[in-house]
Amino acid sequence: MAALGFVGGQGMSDLITMDDLTNDEILEILDAAERLLPVANGDVYAPLLQGKVLGNLFFENSTRTRMSFESAMKRLGGEVVNLSSVGSSVAKGETLYDTMQMVDGYSDIAVIRHPRQGAAQYSADAIGIPVLNAGDGAGNHPTQTMLDLFTIRQAHGSLEGLNVVLVGDLRYGRTTHSLSHALVRFGAKLTLVSPESLRMPTEIVGDLQSHGSDVVESENLAGAIADADVIYMTRIQKERFPDEDEYAKVAGIYKMTADDLAVAKAGMIVMHPLPRVDEIDPSVDSTQHARYFQQAFNGVPTRMALLCRSLGVEVPEEVGE
Amino acid sequence: MSEMRRVTAICNGTVVDHIPAGKALQVMQMLRVDIGRSNPISLVMNVPSGKAGRKDVLKIEDRELTQEELDRLALIAPNASVAIIRNYSVAEKRQIELGSELVNIARCSFWNCITQNSREPLPHKLRVISADPLDLRCSYCGRSQSIEELAESIL
Repeated sequence: MAALGFVGGQGMSDLITMDDLTNDEILEILDAAERLLPVANGDVYAPLLQGKVLGNLFFENSTRTRMSFESAMKRLGGEVVNLSSVGSSVAKGETLYDTMQMVDGYSDIAVIRHPRQGAAQYSADAIGIPVLNAGDGAGNHPTQTMLDLFTIRQAHGSLEGLNVVLVGDLRYGRTTHSLSHALVRFGAKLTLVSPESLRMPTEIVGDLQSHGSDVVESENLAGAIADADVIYMTRIQKERFPDEDEYAKVAGIYKMTADDLAVAKAGMIVMHPLPRVDEIDPSVDSTQHARYFQQAFNGVPTRMALLCRSLGVEVPEEVGE
Repeated sequence: MSEMRRVTAICNGTVVDHIPAGKALQVMQMLRVDIGRSNPISLVMNVPSGKAGRKDVLKIEDRELTQEELDRLALIAPNASVAIIRNYSVAEKRQIELGSELVNIARCSFWNCITQNSREPLPHKLRVISADPLDLRCSYCGRSQSIEELAESIL
């Protein structure tokens, strides 16, 4: 079979942070995701994961991540078993370690979202089957990053040297933590727009700068629009604030409307991991820049490619033939 | 040496010398020599030292600390020197080694780390990113650790 990174025997790998992937591996996964697009669309049936069971473990709310993993697994012919903390033994005080022992027995691969940071790595250490991190507290969300990179490459043809503006909750926002790490590896120039209290953690900014990346921090969104190739909006996450008064000070601080985008480059795209509250006005939806719903769909082919990689299943050059 | 006039030589046991001044009580806590044992312990603090100006010294009688126990000191006294004493003579000198990961030495200090649940059974692990300056990150949540806070979270 033609060259691909994922060959049998190399599989069974976890994905906890973007550091688990080399740049070449990232590009191979994006290539595989692109080949899987007709399967994700439902146009082609390719049961590459028939007989495999995904344990979908969501200890925290999710719409897109949970559904797109489930859709990805089922469209590839696999099965899904779900666990949520409500109504399970987790609510009775079961440790994550014990819960994961069950998952190890019931499934071939586990996807975990958990409010505690480090829960995904902890799970990976606790069991033998591959673990994919679907968000751990304010930590990492690498499968979101992969679909973000897929969306950016789809729009710009490459990931190299783009001018990317990350906006909103950069302190608690795990999507921007993972994405910024990945982007600087491809030579992105980053502008980090946030209120003072929600700035990117200094250790992450230090990591980004240690890659030799050009990182600018600002509170001004309007001034960053004209030069941007990508504007990545995020929600101010009420649930991550230890203090409600602190949340009230910054809620609704950034609101993008279609008029604001008059100065944008023609090819600039607006992304958002969703759900949005009021940071992107619906008037933006009908502009050429809006890419967030496409981005949400891209979770399916990208997660298909990631499931295949972790299970050591090769994605053929011609899927469905 | 000046501290030898303050505390007599021990027959058998372990001497931990060149502890940063004022840290000896933390060293005792980290070595768990202050709880549940009846070995005689001598402690001198803030004595003059040619190397560091002032230092602390700890002498633990009738107990030879293992390398694993001594490596716990890498957090607060990485340059301490250790001698195993047998019959009033230095039988062995040991170095404190930082290694690449500290296992079950201190608990991650981040309030939302998965390891904050004391019932979770896997070991507490801190990855050494840099030895000098000391930069430790939790192997699970990835957070950088304040050494002062870690000293309060010794297991």
